Amino acid sequence: MVEVEWMADYEAVIGVEVHAELATRSKMFCSCAVVDSTIAEPNIAVCPVCAGMPGVLPVVNRAAVELGVRLALALECEILPQSFFARKNYFYPDLPKGYQISQYEQPLARNGRLVILTSKGEKTVRIRRVHLEEDTGKLTHILKDGVSYSLIDLNRAGVPLLEIVTEPDLNSAEEVRAYAMTLRNILRYCGINSGDMQKGVIRIEPNVSVRKRGSEQLGTRTEIKNLNSFRALERSVAYEIERQVRLLREGREVVQETRGWDESQGKTVSQRSKEEAHDYRYFPEPDLPPLTLDPAWLEEIRRSLPELPMARRRRFQTQYGLNAYDAEVLTNERVVADYFEAAVAQAPHLSPKTIANWICGELFGLMNQVGGEFDPGRVPVESLVELLSVLDKGTINQLTAKAILAEMFTSGKRAPELIREKGLEQVSDQSQIAGWVSQVLGENPEQVQTYLKGKEALEQWFFGQVMRLAGGKANPKVVQQILREQLNKLKEQA
Amino acid sequence: MRLTRELVDHIAHLARLGLSEEERERYREQLSAILDHFQRLQELDTEAVPPTFRAVEARRPLRQDEVQPSLSISELLANAPDVEQDQFRVPPILDT
Repeated sequence: MVEVEWMADYEAVIGVEVHAELATRSKMFCSCAVVDSTIAEPNIAVCPVCAGMPGVLPVVNRAAVELGVRLALALECEILPQSFFARKNYFYPDLPKGYQISQYEQPLARNGRLVILTSKGEKTVRIRRVHLEEDTGKLTHILKDGVSYSLIDLNRAGVPLLEIVTEPDLNSAEEVRAYAMTLRNILRYCGINSGDMQKGVIRIEPNVSVRKRGSEQLGTRTEIKNLNSFRALERSVAYEIERQVRLLREGREVVQETRGWDESQGKTVSQRSKEEAHDYRYFPEPDLPPLTLDPAWLEEIRRSLPELPMARRRRFQTQYGLNAYDAEVLTNERVVADYFEAAVAQAPHLSPKTIANWICGELFGLMNQVGGEFDPGRVPVESLVELLSVLDKGTINQLTAKAILAEMFTSGKRAPELIREKGLEQVSDQSQIAGWVSQVLGENPEQVQTYLKGKEALEQWFFGQVMRLAGGKANPKVVQQILREQLNKLKEQA
Repeated sequence: MRLTRELVDHIAHLARLGLSEEERERYREQLSAILDHFQRLQELDTEAVPPTFRAVEARRPLRQDEVQPSLSISELLANAPDVEQDQFRVPPILDT
């Protein structure tokens, strides 16, 4: 997207709605299994309750409430001691009952906050509400032999969802992305779900409006749907801001509507005009009593909360002396942060900074190559510590250590075994190294002459030749020292 | 208060009902009467009265997160008017 100068006269105002599936075993209001609806056979986990058959009663899943409370606490929300379920009425075949059980007037929690980090520093985003609801079924639209119809799979209908709504506190595509990523990290830290956007366990819907800078009045907003990656999220918001500013500059109006993101075209496309809140005819769900939270239970959940990414990042900086960047990279994922701390605990003789460098550099690189999540099983903590310890002792050099780590990663073998197998042990033996140095100097008389005439930078080149001759196994410090000695001797003779 | 034809059409659309000319007029009358009745109720001052959502104040325990067997596909689809690939088949749904 081209940065246009007149964009500076306008300001974007963005709020975000996130739907997060809760990783429970059973559904929100019935005992059907929660299955991965992107791969499961259709309609294998459906019962009279989630199929919307008459005469059934929903019963709230305790684990879903617990996960909802966990997140609400992590977002520093006020938890309402009593909240209500409501029916949101609309007709769409993915909703078998003709209404969705949600929360409206008194949600599970409200008035929270989340601190995000952008290129401009920290920013606090206010959380308006967090509420529980149920997911809908999945529709597949089909066109076959000129006939068009839809198929309905109800596996996902009734899966517990948490809706998290911000105040309109975000002002750029970058901030929206930072908010979404920070929230995802917290969802994963709290064990609420896997964070897999491709599978739709987190669905992000920004509400975007723009206004003249300095204006108090909010512009008309559009809602963007169909975003299945952070990249799509950021691009779509940037696109939408520019589209709306263009409309206003041309003296036209923004229409309140839902717009879908078209990834291939890189633009948002009008989907339907949004139904107004009163169109949903919300009313209290007569089949469910108010959700009353026992204070003792709340306290128990509060105590079970893990240390959250932001707090952990700050502690990593003070306790381990890491810089802000390393601390952030290490704490984004709980599994990575745990891995780092386990390594530090097992290796008091190594500096935390060294361990951090190896994890953020080499190990991340290797994990990225196989394209997956950080998997501590690939290189157990003990194995990494073992490798870094032999490196620290000087048994192997840095380059060899990197090669060995790559081997450990693919073969699952441990460092000492690989060093023995491949004869990679570092050579520090003075006479052996002196022999290599003499050989290199003897074989390159021209370079030696140039060196003696004053081109001292050639020392680095000789060093490289010796290391090559030694197959990378020579102890670089010893090589440097002996090379210097022999060159000095030549200088004296000359 | 008399509802406009447009509002009747809007409500019919939300309920996904197709109304004939004669029905539109009839429901306009009936809905207007219902609305008038509620308007009368609105006259009561209920400022100090907390809303009653249900007649019986019941507390129901939460359910433990345990999986029970679901319906078999044949049971689930037994009453479906149309079925294809183990799914409910319905008329086309267009987003736009």
